[in-house]
Formats: sequence, structure tokens, C-alpha cells
Amino acid sequence: MSTADLSPDTTAATDGHPGGRATGAAPAPAPAGTGHSTFGRLLISEWTKLRTVRSTVWSLVALVAVSVGFTVLILSVTAATWASAQRKNSGAHAILLADPVPTLLGSGLIFGQLAICVLGVLAAANEYSTGMIRSTLLASPHRLRMLAAKCAAFAVLVFLVGEALSFCVFAIGGALLKSHVSVALTDRDVLRAVIGVGLYLAVLGLLSLAVGQIVRHTAGAITATVALIIVVDPLAGLLPGSWGAHVSGYLPSSAGAQLLDPSPTAGQVLSAWEGFAVFGLWTALLLAVAGWLLVKRDA
Amino acid sequence: MIEVRDLMKRYGETLAVDHLSFTVQPGRITGFLGPNGAGKSTTMRLILGLDRPTSGSALIDGKPYRDLADPLRHVGALLEARAVHPGRSAYHHLLYLAQTQGVPKTRVTQVLDMVGLAGVADKRTRGFSLGMGQRLGIAAALLADPRLLLLDEPVNGLDPEGVVWIRTLLKSVAAEGRTVFVSSHLMNEMAVTAEHVVVIGRGRLIADCPTDEFIARFSRRLVLVRAPRADELADVLRADGAAVTVQQDGALLVDDREAAEIGQAAAARGIALHELGPQRATLEEAFMETTRELVQFHQQAPAPTATQASR
Repeated sequence: MSTADLSPDTTAATDGHPGGRATGAAPAPAPAGTGHSTFGRLLISEWTKLRTVRSTVWSLVALVAVSVGFTVLILSVTAATWASAQRKNSGAHAILLADPVPTLLGSGLIFGQLAICVLGVLAAANEYSTGMIRSTLLASPHRLRMLAAKCAAFAVLVFLVGEALSFCVFAIGGALLKSHVSVALTDRDVLRAVIGVGLYLAVLGLLSLAVGQIVRHTAGAITATVALIIVVDPLAGLLPGSWGAHVSGYLPSSAGAQLLDPSPTAGQVLSAWEGFAVFGLWTALLLAVAGWLLVKRDA
Repeated sequence: MIEVRDLMKRYGETLAVDHLSFTVQPGRITGFLGPNGAGKSTTMRLILGLDRPTSGSALIDGKPYRDLADPLRHVGALLEARAVHPGRSAYHHLLYLAQTQGVPKTRVTQVLDMVGLAGVADKRTRGFSLGMGQRLGIAAALLADPRLLLLDEPVNGLDPEGVVWIRTLLKSVAAEGRTVFVSSHLMNEMAVTAEHVVVIGRGRLIADCPTDEFIARFSRRLVLVRAPRADELADVLRADGAAVTVQQDGALLVDDREAAEIGQAAAARGIALHELGPQRATLEEAFMETTRELVQFHQQAPAPTATQASR
């Protein structure tokens, strides 16, 4: 294949077109290169796609701002009302004393995670709402490879941002409550919980991406994902008897959130890694459906 | 080379492409004609692997599009529908496409320059006009220096300058031995660009032949006659069974008779002729003729006049 031979001709082909630059020395023709659309190349391409739209930057800014903001707000209030909470000896206070890590990590993330849901949905559904999917699939007609590269690029980005955020939130939360509880990264399973935040957010992002890829409409997919995370999961916990704990325990985000809790409570049906595995299975299942539909459906 | 073999696509009840077979040969421009809703865009989407055929196949250089390892080097495609994220710059749009198969960044800059978008390369495409969007689409098609160009309605939204530019571009690309397959509803545009036409109607093949042959085969033979005793000649020809229309300026337009026959008939009656000219029908007319019964949204069109016919 002699693509390099052909490129000067293409340049010649456009000589004299009205929109061109002033004539003169024709620019040296750049060869169009060689190479197949391998996974590595698609990974770079998907990373370019992610970093060159504003929604990515804004979603990550929202994730950080909301998570840090709510952590500061909620934990400041907790610290300020410590004495009265201690007097009342409420259940919530007892949980906080027994294991402060879920509160430290979760106070802000419970809201911040919605930004990842939005970003995950956008990463897939935006291709359809803008029509860009046609350009994408013309360049990478092996659709599953494209989806895998998209997932990898997106998950790595969210994981790294999530880890950085998690350590920040842990440090901020620890500082705000330092006169009341003492918690260190070296305590049992605390490091796992802090690192777990990045893993949790990465998988949550992939789950959202899968929903976006299946639904293909931005608004619908965001609604579906957010409803699952902040409505269905907590509501299932209210089912009577042990039903609540079991159903809720196996739903995606509750199961995944087990990873952020160093000391399992009595009613918990799954251990931390079991819970995370269930979360991963949900996501893998949705991604499998998304991939199957991507190959099957017309673009 | 594109080979379409017994291609069929059904959307629910609608048969968009109906057992279509044709081959697009390299080294020339093949026009793809058909009335609105004939299935041109669907056929192109099937060739490009965007849609799955219900049955049959479409091959590019012997392979289905989905099996091409570096598809952008085989085919540069411009689709009718918008395929760009409005929030991304023109440069980044082309960059992400280039990165999928190792096209260097210098080539991205080069194609932007070629289509005259170098000045707005870093602008988000949201603000692009239809014509600029079309130029960006052409830039994407040329990006990996493909051997085959497949363009769906490329002159849509382009100003006259842009139309000439596309025409020149297509001709030189074909002259280099590359394959060009271009759809258009602008028949006269096709008449000046395409050497070969594939005509479809309601998803079915109507013609696959050289443009000249298509015009000759499917258009009516018209002869323009000017004579001082035109009325008398008209009567003579009508008596012979020919259809004769009298133009505003008194000229006769004779249907389905050779110029020689008319000359003989006039000579036999001693009628002087001032002008006797076979009219070359336009592609537009040939197209209207062949697709008349097939047009899905039929519009009552006025009969072709001599001015239209004598292009």
C-alpha cells in the first residue's frame, strides 16, 4: 500500500480552490501515515475525545467542588453540634463514633458522585445526540474495540481523579473532626476504604457509560442512572424485615459502597470486596448489553 | 472499488433498499442519482457499515467495511447528516479521527488548510455555517488520503465557489485513478462531474451506465425545427404520427423523429428549413423521465421546454 505516493496528488487536487491560501511555494505534503486502528490507538483517540469537550472538565470540577463542599459543610456542622449530639446519644452519633470513615468519605461523595453519573452518560450518549458516532464508527468500525477503548480511557481518568479527591476529602474530614475522633490511614482497612473511593467512582462511571450507550439519549440516560443511584437503592433499604437489607445490599451502588466501610455492621449481607464484586457484575452485565446493542443496532 | 451485491434493507414495513447490485469502478466519478427517498443515503450507510443490511452485501476493496483495519485510508466519506460534536474544535475533531489509525498531526493541519478552514481550526464547530461544516466533512474524508471517496450530497450548502471547488476536487481525485462515488439530487451537477451514473428509485436499480448513454437511452429524442412554413410542416409531421409542439417563437419541437426524417419530409413538400437541430436532452430530463413513475412524492412538473432542452 503506497499511501505516501498518493498524497502529493491529493494536494495537487486542491490547488486553485477558492478557499485556499495565497499561492506560492506549495506546502510539503504530509504523508497520511500508516497504522491500523488498534486498541492502543483507539485509547489515545478516546482520551482526545474526553479531554477536548468542556463537559468533561466541568463534570470533574463539579465532582470535586460538590464533594469537598459538602464534606466541609456537613462535617463542620457535625463538629459544631458534637456536644449536644453526645448528650442525646443518637444512633447516628453512635455509628460515627464506632466507625467515622464512611461519614468522612461519604458526606460529600454521596452528592459528588452524581457528576460522575452525568459524565459517564455523556461520554457515550453525546456521540448519538450530536451525530458524532457516525464519524467515530467510520474511523473505528470494530465497534466493540471502540467501546472497550472508551471504557478504559474513561475509567482510568475517573479512577485517578477519584483517588486524588478521596485522599483530599479524607484529610479535610479528619482535620475537621480531629478533636472528636481519631482516624489514620494506617488503621485497619481505612486505606482500603480511601482507595476504594476511586474504584467505586470508576465503576460507577462505567455503569453510567453503559446506560448512556444503551439509552443513547442524554437526558433519559442521566435520569435513569441518577434514579437508580439515589432513589431505588435507598428505597429498597426500606423494604420490611430482612428484605430491605438483602435487596438493597445487592443493588449496584449500595453493594459497591461496602468498599468504603472499614468495619462491617451487623446487618450487612456482603463483605466489602463481595459488595464491590456485585457492583462490578452489574456494570459488566450492563456493558455487555451495551456492547451487544452497539454491534446489533444501526448507528 | 465498491461492490454492492443483492443488497437489501428493510426498516419495519418499508423496503428502503430492494435487492440492489452495482459496482463502482476505480478511476472515475460515478454519480448516484435518485429522487428523494429512493434509498441513496441508506445504500451509502450500508456500504459504510453504519447500518446492517437485512440481506446481501457491500464490499470495499473486497471486504465489508467493518473488516477494514485502517478504513480511513480506504474510504473517505462525507455523510449528509451532521457528524461532529458542536463543542469540539475542528482541529480536535480531525485529531481524534487521525489518532485512530496513526495519521500524523501534520496531516490534520494540512487538510484543514486544503479546505480553507485553517483560520478557524481552533474554533468550536458550534458556530460553523453549513458551508464550513461541509468543508470540515470534506477535510475528514480526505484526512487519511483515501483511495476511494464516497460523498453524500457534497455540494449541499456550499456557495457557488464551493461548488466549483468540489467539482474540481472530485475530477482531480478521479484523474489520479481513485474511485469517487457521489450522490446528488442536482442532476445537472452530475452531468458535468460524473462520467458514469447509478440511478435508483424506490430502492431498486434503474440504470448503471455511462452518463451519455443514460441520457441517450432514457430521454426523448427531440428535434428543433425552424421553417417559414412551420404550420404546414407541423401538419405534415403530425399526419405522419409525430408529436409536434409549437414553441412561443414559432419553432417546432418534434418528438421521436430523426432530424434526417424531418428533413426528408420537408424536402418532399418543398418546405424550406432554416434550422434543424437535434436537441441533446439534459441529465435532469433523462432522470425525470426514468423516475417519473417512481417518485414517491410526485409533483406536477411542467413539460420540458426547448430552452431547457438545448443546453
